[in-house]
Amino acid sequence: MLTFRCPYCGIDACETELAPGGEAHLKRFGPGSADADFEAYLFLRHNAKGVHFERWRHAMGCGKWFLAARCTATLEVFGTYPAQTPEPPQDIVAAIRAKRPDWSLS
Amino acid sequence: MRRYSAFAIARQAFRHHEGWERAWRSPEPKARYDVVIVGAGGHGLATAYYLGKNHGIRNVAVIEKGWLGGGNTGRNTTIIRSNYLQDPSAAIYEKARSLYETLSQDLNYNVMFSPRGVMMLAQTEHEIRGYQRTAHANALQGVATEFISPRRVKELCPIINLDGPRYPVLGALWQPRGGTARHDAVAWGYARACSDIGMDIIQQTEVTGVQREGGQVVGIDTTRGPIACGKLGIVVAGHSGVMAERAGFRLPIESVALQALVSEPIKPVMDVVVMANTVHGYMSQSDKGEMVIGGGADGYNNYTQRGSFHHVEETVRALIETFPIISRLKMLRWWGGIVDMTGDRSPIISKTPVEGVFVNCGWGTGGFKAIPGSGWAMAELMAKGHSPLADAFSLDRFREGRFIDESVAAGVAH
Repeated sequence: MLTFRCPYCGIDACETELAPGGEAHLKRFGPGSADADFEAYLFLRHNAKGVHFERWRHAMGCGKWFLAARCTATLEVFGTYPAQTPEPPQDIVAAIRAKRPDWSLS
Repeated sequence: MRRYSAFAIARQAFRHHEGWERAWRSPEPKARYDVVIVGAGGHGLATAYYLGKNHGIRNVAVIEKGWLGGGNTGRNTTIIRSNYLQDPSAAIYEKARSLYETLSQDLNYNVMFSPRGVMMLAQTEHEIRGYQRTAHANALQGVATEFISPRRVKELCPIINLDGPRYPVLGALWQPRGGTARHDAVAWGYARACSDIGMDIIQQTEVTGVQREGGQVVGIDTTRGPIACGKLGIVVAGHSGVMAERAGFRLPIESVALQALVSEPIKPVMDVVVMANTVHGYMSQSDKGEMVIGGGADGYNNYTQRGSFHHVEETVRALIETFPIISRLKMLRWWGGIVDMTGDRSPIISKTPVEGVFVNCGWGTGGFKAIPGSGWAMAELMAKGHSPLADAFSLDRFREGRFIDESVAAGVAH
């Protein structure tokens, strides 16, 4: 079972306490944007086999959204950080690189 | 290849069953094929088979990373039905269901198709209205279904508890010619038929890259060296996104785990398939007597072919209310498969941005039932450039907003 540390409460929350919210750090495109951009924003996810940045909500706890870095091939969790972070923070990137030397932030 | 028949069994009985041939050859890959299909699951093998049978294209290789039929083809709960809401879905699923009726004779391989009837329970007022609408749509599409009363449900499936306190059974959508088939046999039967018409099935070989020249596919790189090809079909379910990336484009797909489990075998207690979409559970009894149980998909991206305990708990908890008889059963096996989910819960059978590369994916939680129809449509698309069954399922529907929305009609369970 997946366990994430909620960056707000600081407690280790297991999967049953959390609600998954899909890929993180999406760039949003709205009315007036190009068809290709709008399609990509709505449907074309990374769906990476490996390091994946994603949104979770501490639904049965503090109720807040947070972000996490997780490996979809091993279910390893690299770390969590607040939802207001526009891109993966340095310490998370370092934690991933320590275990996945070949990985690069795309 | 020698045909399977009662006489063949009798003949072999006198020879201590030492004369059986291997069902398919395991050849070394050739330097070039007209068509290469990536993925030797049901959909990939069916695509290859109908390329040969319907379109005369036989210089074909089917390349498989693991073993044949070892992915979702061997992991599903074997349900076959075609009671979908939207016309394009009903057309392709009904094509598949009707091909299943005679598939054993066509392939000379017993796929054990059992049209025992599929019942989708309505357990809320919304579901009653939804299924009545589907029954009307099916009548117009020529798919035989009907909305039946709780009394009829009880007649067809006596072990059901109609008045569970939380989820009473208020009716059901009944498809009498739906049912189950032996999923491994479907893959094996297609593989044997493909091998028989001269196609190469190459297992334990991963496709690591797609060679392109001027936006056109010219070949693939594999763990056993490069192979040139005229056309490439990517039919890899959960790993469609990974393969698309190797071919240089992205798919509107997310890969998640779907799990299933079977109980210890018991005497026959139900001879229909029952699906309960409100509680995310579905159940049938296999010929061995095991209760085959499926649940909902996990909510997060996952490539591990493992499920999570709490999803199983939710599924079983809900099913016990509807089927109190299973509460004391021990569960024997439990497994997960990686399913490829699209935004509208309908598949993608399409050309791609790379000329000569075709994809057949996005079957999500319900691909097994579609195998013959999917292969039929994909083969026609690859051979002729378009297919009446496949055209609505093209990739550009997401850009054009032309969805085939089955997320409500199909619910979560297949």
